[in-house]
Amino acid sequence: MSPAPPVPLQAFMVAAVWNGTVPDPALPLHAAGDASSPWVGLAYLVAGALFILALRGLSHPSTSVRGNRFGMAGMLIAVVTTVVTHDLASLPEILAAIGIGGAIGWIIARRIAMTDMPQLVAAFHSLVGMAAVLVGWAAYLNPAAFGILRSVGDAFTHPVIGAELTLWREEINPVSRIELGLGVAIGAITFSGSVIAFLKLAGRMSGAPILLPGRHVINLGTLAAILVLVALFAAAQPGATLPLIIAITVLAFLIGFLLIIPIGGADMPVVVSMLNSYSGWAAAAMGFTLGNTAMIITGALVGASGAILSYIMCRAMNRRFLSVIAGGFGADAAVAGSSGGEARPFRQGSAEDAAYMLEQAERVIIIPGYGMAVAQAQHALREMADLLKKKGVDVRYAIHPVAGRMPGHMNVLLAEANVPYDEVFELEDINSEFAQTNIAFVIGANDVVNPAAKTDKSSPIYGMPVFDVDKAEQVFFIKRSMSGAGYAGVDNEVFYMPQTTMLLADAKKMVDDIVKALS
Amino acid sequence: MSFIAILSIFVLACFVGYYVVWSVTPALHTPLMAVTNAISSVIIVGGLIAAAAAEVPGAKWLGLLAIVLASVNIFGGFAVTARMLAMYRKKDRAPDAGGRS
Repeated sequence: MSPAPPVPLQAFMVAAVWNGTVPDPALPLHAAGDASSPWVGLAYLVAGALFILALRGLSHPSTSVRGNRFGMAGMLIAVVTTVVTHDLASLPEILAAIGIGGAIGWIIARRIAMTDMPQLVAAFHSLVGMAAVLVGWAAYLNPAAFGILRSVGDAFTHPVIGAELTLWREEINPVSRIELGLGVAIGAITFSGSVIAFLKLAGRMSGAPILLPGRHVINLGTLAAILVLVALFAAAQPGATLPLIIAITVLAFLIGFLLIIPIGGADMPVVVSMLNSYSGWAAAAMGFTLGNTAMIITGALVGASGAILSYIMCRAMNRRFLSVIAGGFGADAAVAGSSGGEARPFRQGSAEDAAYMLEQAERVIIIPGYGMAVAQAQHALREMADLLKKKGVDVRYAIHPVAGRMPGHMNVLLAEANVPYDEVFELEDINSEFAQTNIAFVIGANDVVNPAAKTDKSSPIYGMPVFDVDKAEQVFFIKRSMSGAGYAGVDNEVFYMPQTTMLLADAKKMVDDIVKALS
Repeated sequence: MSFIAILSIFVLACFVGYYVVWSVTPALHTPLMAVTNAISSVIIVGGLIAAAAAEVPGAKWLGLLAIVLASVNIFGGFAVTARMLAMYRKKDRAPDAGGRS
């Protein structure tokens, strides 16, 4: 009697029947193709390091341009490395895809107005999220290409020869399934959340919070359901995974939408930063699936960056992150705004009054807010500052961390208007100097100079760090009309102080008139 | 790579990210968001892998679409960052600053 054939061969043949195809012995090699050469791993590592340098460059404007080039180089290395280590047959289509996307991105970047930067960033976040969903699905449909298959042996006894055999089949390994499920979920949340943020920031959807009854229960329930589904997805038999990943994707799109609609416009800087963070975690999850260091490093950097920016924004508004995420802020704006009751006396001035006082001053601090951006008054403002500087006035700008609709938005707008960055100061660096300042010139800001944040415990902005404009000798306050309260919907004592002059007009028109009066 | 090796890189990169981002000057927070946007599109690597493997057409097309979206972000993100950074300038560096006043 001839000895039984070696077990692996038997198992191999059974596996062939089981899968309906003959497994290609070269398959594992293909999967390991990326990792087989140490140079490839090294290239991705270099790309990741260049991304770190890109962010490092942003520590100062003088090094930032070089940092951005490091980023571009890192991306080039990552893309080229991936392309050359894979099948080149699809190269024309790939290049076409890069060309189409690149051209669209390039044109948008050239044309976008700096005021519209927040919604552009939100739109870009949504694309990262969607790309993560697509890559996750592609990995699910073609796991061999992503090298995430494993062979599973099921022991059984052969009915005829009676030998213990192993039945081999291939499936996506469970750890990769968890990474994949989470990557798809985070990507989908990033996508739908960013779309809502984009619509709110672009004014195509009301900035008012939309509050569903029982939303916390719905949201937490949906999040829990997603996590349970990811766990089931990891544990499921290969045949049962499709409905699970579909359910994960759909629920994650839904939760992204539900999470952002209750958040009011005033909290959008936090939301944009938070979605920035999510887009990073989505990239990191995909990096885990692929075992790709460039993606993991980048994901961690971007995730950390967004989280820190969210924290800075929350701190600048004295809000807890969870209360921002819970949403609803700004919903009771009408109630808070009407607490002032009947009209109170205030002093109104003209552009000529302002011009006269400004040129007499020694020190002026300008506090720009989002209203300046809306009125596109930054260029006129810089002209005004230039004229004042020629008359020997010391002009500086003070920027609150939450001025504008995203972190650093005001700085970009002032830079666009050619305001040198060393004339622009952060809250904590300049706030002690209002007492030695002749004129605080508030243009388009409101909540960030509201003393109620320091004194009124019932105010929704209580505890938020604000500029001490009330310590300046005089305050000029440009505002369209007395009716509108600030973004947080609270009245402002500064309007009614004896040293305050209200300049009621469109910000750009008022500054233009001041410029005329000065020159 | 083993899961632990990957996890180690991830955790260490989180710490690097934490310290690097805190050192970013607040004046450049908007460019920071734009550039992080661009670099997080390194997810294009996943799209390239899917698109290069032609044996599953569905995955290939998803990959190509992911490449288009990520490319919008890469080119758009770096270009808009470069555009913003070019605007930041120092006092008295303008060519007409000295002579006219």
